[in-house]
Parts: sequence; C-alpha cells; structure tokens
Amino acid sequence: MAVEKKVAAYICQGCGLGERLDTDALVDVVKKEGKIQQVKPHPFLCSSEGVTMIQNDIDNDGVSHIMIGACSRRAKTDAFNFPSVAMSRANLREGVIWIRPDTEEARETTQEMAEDYLRMGCAEIKAMRQPEGNPNTGTSKTLLVVGGGITGMTAALEAAKTGYPVVLVEKSGQLGGWAAKLHMRVPSHEPYKAPVDNGVAGMVSAIEADPNIKVYLNATLAKTSGAPGRFQAEIATESGSTATEDVGAIVQATGFELYDANKLPELGYGASPNVVDQGGLEQLAREAAERGGPILRPSDGQPVKSVVFVQCAGQRDASGTHLAYCSGHCCNTSIKQAMYFKDANADIDTTVLYTDLRTPGNGEDFYRSAQEKGVIFTKGKVASVQPAGNTCKVNFHDLILDDQNASIENADLVVLATGQVPNSGVNIDFKAVEGEEAAAEVEKKTISILNLDYRQGKDVPQLKYGFTDSHFICFPYETRRTGIYTAGPVRRPMDIAQAKEDATGATLKAIQALENAAIGSAAHPRSGDLSYPSVRLEGCTQCKRCTVECPFGAIDEDEKRYPLFNESRCRRCGTCMGACPVRVISFENYSVDTVGSQIKAVSIPDEFSEKPRILVLACENDAYPAMDMAAMNRTETSSFVRVVPVRCLGSVNTIWITDALNSGYDGVMLMGCKHGDEYQCHFVKGSELANYRMSKIDDTLKGFNLETDRVQTYEVAITDIDRVPKLINDFEKRMFEIGMSPFKGF
Amino acid sequence: MAKKEYAFYPGCSSQRGASASNYLKSVDSMCKTLDIKLTEIPDWNCCSASIGYAEGGELPRHVLNARNFALAEQNLPGQEIVATCAACWLGARETKERLDASSQLMADTNEALKEAGLEYKGESDIRHMVEVLIEDFGYDELKKPVVKSLEGIKFAGYVGCQTNRPFGIVGESFENPMYLDKLVEMVGGEALTGYDQKVTCCGGALAFSEPDKAQAQIKDIVESAYDHGAEMIVTPCPLCQANVEIYQGAINKKYGKKFNIPVMYYSQLMTVAYGGSAKDAGLDGQVIRATRLEEIAAKR
Amino acid sequence: MSNLSSQAAAQYNNNFLKEVEAMVEEGNWVKMCMQCGVCSGSCPTNFQAGWDHPPQEIFMMIRAGKREEVLNSQSMWMCTSCYNCIVRCPRKLPITHIMHGLANYAHRLGLAPKNQPTRHFAKLFWNNCIQTGRVNELKLSLGLYFKDGFKQGIINGLAMKDVALGLLKAKRLNPFELFKAHGCKDQKGIHAMLKKAHEIEERRKAIKTA
Repeated sequence: MAVEKKVAAYICQGCGLGERLDTDALVDVVKKEGKIQQVKPHPFLCSSEGVTMIQNDIDNDGVSHIMIGACSRRAKTDAFNFPSVAMSRANLREGVIWIRPDTEEARETTQEMAEDYLRMGCAEIKAMRQPEGNPNTGTSKTLLVVGGGITGMTAALEAAKTGYPVVLVEKSGQLGGWAAKLHMRVPSHEPYKAPVDNGVAGMVSAIEADPNIKVYLNATLAKTSGAPGRFQAEIATESGSTATEDVGAIVQATGFELYDANKLPELGYGASPNVVDQGGLEQLAREAAERGGPILRPSDGQPVKSVVFVQCAGQRDASGTHLAYCSGHCCNTSIKQAMYFKDANADIDTTVLYTDLRTPGNGEDFYRSAQEKGVIFTKGKVASVQPAGNTCKVNFHDLILDDQNASIENADLVVLATGQVPNSGVNIDFKAVEGEEAAAEVEKKTISILNLDYRQGKDVPQLKYGFTDSHFICFPYETRRTGIYTAGPVRRPMDIAQAKEDATGATLKAIQALENAAIGSAAHPRSGDLSYPSVRLEGCTQCKRCTVECPFGAIDEDEKRYPLFNESRCRRCGTCMGACPVRVISFENYSVDTVGSQIKAVSIPDEFSEKPRILVLACENDAYPAMDMAAMNRTETSSFVRVVPVRCLGSVNTIWITDALNSGYDGVMLMGCKHGDEYQCHFVKGSELANYRMSKIDDTLKGFNLETDRVQTYEVAITDIDRVPKLINDFEKRMFEIGMSPFKGF
Repeated sequence: MAKKEYAFYPGCSSQRGASASNYLKSVDSMCKTLDIKLTEIPDWNCCSASIGYAEGGELPRHVLNARNFALAEQNLPGQEIVATCAACWLGARETKERLDASSQLMADTNEALKEAGLEYKGESDIRHMVEVLIEDFGYDELKKPVVKSLEGIKFAGYVGCQTNRPFGIVGESFENPMYLDKLVEMVGGEALTGYDQKVTCCGGALAFSEPDKAQAQIKDIVESAYDHGAEMIVTPCPLCQANVEIYQGAINKKYGKKFNIPVMYYSQLMTVAYGGSAKDAGLDGQVIRATRLEEIAAKR
Repeated sequence: MSNLSSQAAAQYNNNFLKEVEAMVEEGNWVKMCMQCGVCSGSCPTNFQAGWDHPPQEIFMMIRAGKREEVLNSQSMWMCTSCYNCIVRCPRKLPITHIMHGLANYAHRLGLAPKNQPTRHFAKLFWNNCIQTGRVNELKLSLGLYFKDGFKQGIINGLAMKDVALGLLKAKRLNPFELFKAHGCKDQKGIHAMLKKAHEIEERRKAIKTA
C-alpha cells in the first residue's frame, strides 16, 4: 500500500468495561508497550458517535490500521466495519470481564488479562496488512452442469432463470436420466394420494426452448482445468471432436445406478424373470401403459394377481456384503409401484415386506393413501425368494408375530428395492484393503467423470460408499474442489423431490462461487475474504506439504516444482500455512507473524508469582463462538488463559507452540472441530491434520524436558458452551499440579 | 343467572337404591343451588354401557341410545340432554356421532325405532354434567355460591377413563386433564397435582368378570393416592367411584394393605361447599365414610 | 375355511382381512395400522397378563390371515373400554371399537373362548338391561356369581358379602330389586325395536358377504 502506515487504538468503556477495568492503565499499556501513541478511550464505542470518531480518523487523519479494545470480534461487526483499513480486536468483554467475577480480589488478575489482550491486539495489528484481493481472477459467468437427469436439468433451468448461461453435458443420447425411465413418480404436492406424471417431458422442452442453455448429448468431459471463474472444460462429443467451453463454476449431477440385483441370487433375481428390481417394474408398468392393459407376469404374459415388494434388498446390510446404507427413496417408490397395481385393480394382492418403513417428505400421507387402497404392509425380513413355475414363494421372518417361517406363496411378481449407488467417478483416495472386496467393488471406479487436471486427482474426493465429500451439516453442496458443487444422489441417496431441492441449492452456491471468484474473494465459508496466500519462494524447500495437505486441491506445482497457488480455488483456511515447516506461506492479515507476535506480546509473570499463562488456540468457527456464548452466560473461566482465535486448527504452525513454551507459557490448549468420518471441520481436513501434527508434539516437549500434559488438543463443537470453560479450568488445575514452567524469564 | 333447563338422563346406576344413588342425590342438591332444572327423560332406558357390545352388537346399541334421544326430542324439545354417568354420556355420544356420520345407520336406526313408535331427528345434543358446569357456568360462576371452604383437605383427583377418553372435556389433555383439580381448588380443597394415577383405568365393567386384574388396577390407583398424601379421592364417574371404593377391603385382604380412603363425587364436594347437609350431599351413601366432610357439612 | 390345510394355505393373503372389513364393526380400519405398538403399551397394565396377543399383533394376524387364532383369542375380551388406545393411536384407528367388534363377531360365530368370564358377563349384562330396559344391578351380580352353578354361586356370593353389605348399609344395593325392579314402561316397544335392529343388522351383513 502506498499510503503510510498509521496505527490508532480505541478502548471502549461501555458494557461495564469502564467500571471493571482501569482505563488509564490500559491506555498506558497501549502507549508504552503496544507502542501506539494515538489511543482514544470512549464510553460507548459502538454508538454512532464512537463509530463516527473512528471513521473520521480514517478519513481525515490518515489512519490505516486500527486496534479496537472492546468486545469479541464476533460482536458488533456491523458497527465496527471499516473495510478500508486493517483492524484487530482485543476481546475485553467476552474474553475478560464477562468470565471473571466482579470482586475486589479478582480485580488484579482481571486487569492483567485485559492488558495482555491489548498487548496482543497491538502486536497483531502491526503485523497485519489490509488485503488487496486476489488479482488472478477469472470472470466467466457460465455454469457447467454435468449430468442431464432431474438434478442436472433442475440446476440448468434454475441457473438460466437467474440469468446465468449454462452448458449441460449428458453422456447418454437423451435428457431425463432415471426419472425418464419411470412410468410415474411419487407426488411432490398435495394431495399425496396417487402417483403423478414423471414431469421429464416438460423439463426437457423447457431446456430445449431456453437460449441460455447449451446441451451436449452423448458427451463427456475429457478434461477440466482452471479454477473458479476460469474453468476450461474440454467436452468429448459423439462425433469424436472436442469442444472447449469456458465456465465459471461446475455442478456435478451425475446421479446413481441401481445396486446390481444379480448380487442377490437368494432373492431369486436371475432365477426367475418374475423377480425384478424397481427399475424392472417401471419398465413393466410402462409397457403395460403403452399397451393399455394390466401389468403382465414376465414368465408367461399373464396378468399379475399378486405382487410382493421386498424392501432393503441388498441395503442396510450389516454383514459388509451389500450396501450398508438406506437409499431413502425406495419405500416411497415401492408404495408408488404398489399403487400401479391397486389403482388398476383393487383385487390384486399387494404386499410390501419391510423392516422399517421410511417415508421422507410427505411420504407418510402417501403411505396412508396406499393403506387405504388396500396395500398390505407386513413388517418382516425376507430370507429368500423361491421361484416355482410361474410364481414365487417369498420366505420371511414376520417381525411382529416373530414367526421365522412365514411365507407368501404364489406371488406372480416379486420386486426388489435395491437402492442407489452413486456415479461419482474415480475414488482418488482409494486404497485397496485386503478382505474387503465387496466394499472395494463400490469404491474402485476407473472411469473419471470430471477428468480434473489437478495434481490431487481426477474427480472430487469422496466421503463414504462413493458419495462425494461435503460438509454435511453446514455446507452440503461444497465439495473439496472449490467452485465444483455436487447435487442429487451422487452426494447422498435421495428421491426426486430432494434432488430438485439439492440442485437448486448447489446452483445458487455455484453462482455465488463464480461471482466471488470474479472479484478475487473467497468462496464459502470465508465468503468475502479478500486475503489470499502468498509464498516467499526463496525460502521454500519444495517439501510439498502444502500441496498435499490443502484440503481443496488449490495448490499445484510449477515446472520447477515450487508450489503454484490457484488463489481462486483457495478457501483461506491457512492449512498450508500451518503445514509449512519453513514458514514461507502467509496471508496479508493472517500469518505466522500476526499470531506469533500476539503470543510473544503476552506478559509472562515470573515462576514465583503462581500466575501461570495458558495459551488457547481456538478455531474461530466453533470453539471461539462457544467461548463467547459461555461468556454470555457469565461462566467463570480461568484468568490465566490467553485466547487467540485461528481460522482453522489446520492453520496452526507448530512454531507457535514451541515459541509459547520457550517464552514461559505453562501450557497450550488447541481447540478444533470434530474430525473423522463425521467431521465438523469447516475446512474438512484442517482439524484432522492439526491433530496429526500435534501427535508429534510430545517429542518436542520431551526435548524441552517438559511434561506432555502441557500441550493438549481438544475436539470442540459450537454447542460445547459449558464444556469449554470446564476444559480450561481443569487444564489450569492440572498446570498447578505440574507446577510452573521452568522456561519463564529466559 | 337465569334458570338453566336440561333433559336429564340419570342412567341405571343413579336410580334409587342403585350403586350411584348418592351421586344423584348430590347432583340434585348442587343443581338446586345453581338453579339448574333437570327434567328426567320420560321412560328413558339403559345405554347398554361399554360392555353391551358382545351380545348387543352395533345397531341394537345405537337404537337403545337413539330411543332416549327420540324421547327427549319428543317430550323436552329444544333441551340438551345431560348425563351424570360417564358411560351413559360416552355411549350416547358415540351413537350420536356414528348416526350423524352415516345416513344409512340413521335410516336403519329409525327403521327400528319405528317399532316403538318413535323417531330420532338428530337434533338433541348430549352433554356430561361436568361440561355443563365448566362451559355453561365456568369456575368463577361456580365459586360464587361457596359458603364453606374445604380448606386443608387433600384430594387425589381421579378422572379415570370415560369422561376423559375418547371425547373428554374440550380443552383438556387426555394424559393430564385438569378440570377435576380445578373444581377441587374452587371449593377450597388442595388438589394433588403429582397424582400419577389420574387417568388410569379401574377395570370398569371387568371388575365383575376379571376381579383380580381389576383389583390390581384399583390397588395402584388407591396406593398412589396414599403415596401423595391424599385424604380423599374424588371422581366424576359412578363406576370409578364404586370400583375404587368398595373393593378396598378385598384388596386389603389380598395384598395386606390398610386402605380406607373415601371416594367422593365432585358434586358431593360442591354440595358441602355450597352449605348443604351431609344428607343433601349423599354422604350417608359412602361405604367408606368421609368423616371430615361430614364435620364440615355439620358446621353451621 | 374349516379344514386345517386350507387354513394354512390361506395365510398371508387378504381373505380374512376382507372378511373382517365386511363383518366386524370398524373392521375397515384394520388395514390402516402401521404397527407402531402404541396401543399395546397403552392397555391397562394388569389386563395385559390376560392377552395372548397385544392389539398390534391382532391387526397383523388379521392381515396374515390367521382367522382361527384371532377369533379364538382371549385378547379382545381383556378390553376394559378405557379408550386409551384410541386417543393415542397416531393413525386414529378406533381400536377399542375394533376390539369390541372382533369380540362380538367371534361370540356370534361361536368361536370365542368358552367360559370366557367377560364374554359371559357381557351376555348377562345385555340380557339384563334389555329385559326391562334398565339394568338391575342385584340380578346382574347374582347372575354372575351363579354362572358356574348354584354351589359355586353361594361361594362366590359369600366371597363378595362384605362388598354387598357395605353397599346395603349405604343404601346403594336394594334387596327388593330382586322382586320389584326398576324398569321402563314401554318394554314391549323396546323389545320390538331391538328385534328389528337385529334383523336389519343381519340383513346388512348378508348383503356384504354376498
């Protein structure tokens, strides 16, 4: 920045800060230790008067960096919103006075706490620069939709309606996907009583009529390269030629296959043509409709008089042989298919054998309607289907009457509800595990869908069972490849209604991503963040940790094997910064220095004062808000902690820990999100990586001759409002038990 | 308040010398205070209760109830029918609902009624006495005539089944209806809010046919009242009253208990609170005497 | 339907369900049960001991075609008409009425359990009530005591003598009811109308089964 750096500090006296803390002493600390000469206390800093005062200093006094000592950085963000300057916030309210008792004897330690937070705020602001935004932007506003089923068609139509051009790539010769194969679909509107038209024809003609949607049929992606705002898709077409499209973001809606019923010989599939899967029944129903007659028994073409539906066929299987999960739609689908029979002829015996009937959406009404129509629902687990001539015998365990030998004889048709297997492309993380062939079958796929030109692999990462990975609680459509969104059954099992909703959601996120990319700002979850990582290549040792550990595949390698940052793919979590052993990666407003200088700024009392210092590095997404909420509840917490919020625990560089221990801190607590299969980390892998890195910290501690209890890592959720203060207080107790660190005063 | 008039359906158990005759006595006294005029439906017949189903079947049951409606319509036109017995009210209301919902059942019923020279037009409404008290008067109005407080007496409000389910009193929950407790408090008594057997079944008519099972139910009902410190149980249902009161001796023998708790009707409490005598309140009809109520009733 | 082999073959088809729908009061609700079991947990605790099947199972058995087992069952006769199942059933099945209907149907077909005390009492009650139009509690009780013969009646009566004496003392049992009972005036009309009602009901059921 060409403008000269001018720092000013503001100290709020509202919300009881003025009464609880000695403002004059605080001003003194900022001036003498923080070395900021322009310090202004204010009785009510977030009032319009206070805000005007700050804005005036920025506008007329050339202030470029401000330090605000008031409430938590998560509070009053509307008031303290000064986009043109760099800002740090010293948390005196939630961080100090709200968690300390208002007593005479607590007064000294409370004041010390506040003074330290101001020292930290001063140190941080001096190490910060106001982000200028990623210059390396692309401005394509076109959305690429991969897959022309219900999900893909919905995505294309929604995007086009919003005014964004769409390129739609479909591998088959026609649009419609699975839904086009359905005779009818489960109703999505009142009255939820009967199957309705599948709706595909209307969507197809809407797409054909929309000049904003360009459709490639019989086409696949040969190569996808670039980054949000400037992806380049090479589309292999039927003619053998390749078309190239510039797109800003991608929605992958590649759907599912039915689980292969050939793997279920015990249920009679393959042994009799009268045993079909749900897809097979749709085909029979469509043939019947075209003929204008009843559904016929495949073996001899006689009308079906009795039909049995077998739910969870090869699903919810605990043995590891078949699908472990519930596909969600199949109960409603069987209900719908049972109605094909009952609506045509109420005398057809129609039985659904289920273990748990799961009818999401308004399926409960649909279920009730089927019961009214005389579909019989029997709670039972099917053991086998025995074909005999033109009929089948279905043997099952009646779970209500606990009859192991229950059976239905003379079933003309048996329909197996086999569930969904995602079409998610190559599992880039796949490692074959011996003895798990069945699971491997699901996971090992060699044909890529996106053919990404990323060093991290050709497709988006998967979580489990081949479904694509995404933050299932907070950001369900965000894959781990920025600007690429998955929707529909490729993401998780679902029905048409859910797929449509999913498509709409993913499309809007994709639009946000390409708009953010165009202005050089981050996508979710740090949407709007203009900072981006920069690397001091002269110091880089080409260790590749950053490229490997980036959860979002943002970092490639250049010809000289140095990391090549694709800023537009970056989510700004700082995991690369935490990974870098030589500390050459930083953000303008978040760096090894902005945190490290805060740690060093804290005043460490000597060994004999019995005042330990505990550093807490807390994830700003979960742990830090949990602490703020504990403070709102006025939960008393140790006065010896100094909390530094971090973007993600993945951004924690171990140098911070060693620096802290070296400078006499007695202990360090790291608080991040849950990791593993049911992770809650906003950056997917950040907390997992931090945990892995910290598993090595014991050696460092032993090297220092320090107890290993002095550094602990915790999984904390945003709801741990009571737990976090307890963890801190217990840790404090433990520090007193171990005794003060011997490193003080060096 | 102007005099309120209703067609009255007392039911078999409220007849003179029958098991709930003390209920009728106290209802009469209570209504006198509240200026309610009950006119008995001439020649009313049994509702067939809940137990009538097995031999009676569907249509004959409805026909029995419809005969009472027809008699009321004919003799007491424009008056709502009020029942004091839970089973009478339930049986009659069930019939009314079914006939209202099915024109065929209505036609069949009238075809049968014709044999007795009657016709049911579907006009009569059937209500329980408690509904009349709460909806046509309200707690504030009912409180006005109170001259003696039942202060210091702890009552377990035992609502039971049939004034509560399946119809119940409008606005009350099936699991924890409050009206009986409110009536207790209205007359100055203490309602035990923690009484957990409030809506437990006493066994109903099966107290006759399955005495062991029913008495096990009654044991729970009485025991919980004792556990919560009740001095008396109060109920709106004649069969509940009888079952819970008269089997205490048998239960004591069987289970080694010393139960001896009076079981009262809400109308008895109200009669005493309204200044009625022990006789007015039918207190002489208790198998287990309610001594403290008798004392209050005797006070001038 | 009577021989066993045809019974076995008939299982898990809809024949008995269709019979129940046609012949049993509120029987057309049976198909709506979703097997949650709330009814079974809502039955008065001490009567559950008398079941061979909870209501939920009865509904399943009807759908499974287990005709004899259902109609022979003790379960329906355990119903105290407390209506707890009705108010709790999430599918709003009139379970109490279905139980009554099944019991009534089994009773009429002669398939209900022999010597079932509630079956006996229910019959006694109905006959008692329609005789004069009103219930005679004394005769009803005596009828119950003497159901297993005179001697057992005396024993039963003696066992209940404390109850009777208590009621007698409280003037809630009138010994003269035995001789000059309460009753409706138009007993003839009542009898005629009930006769007609039975006729109509038989007629309707004949149409349904035809």
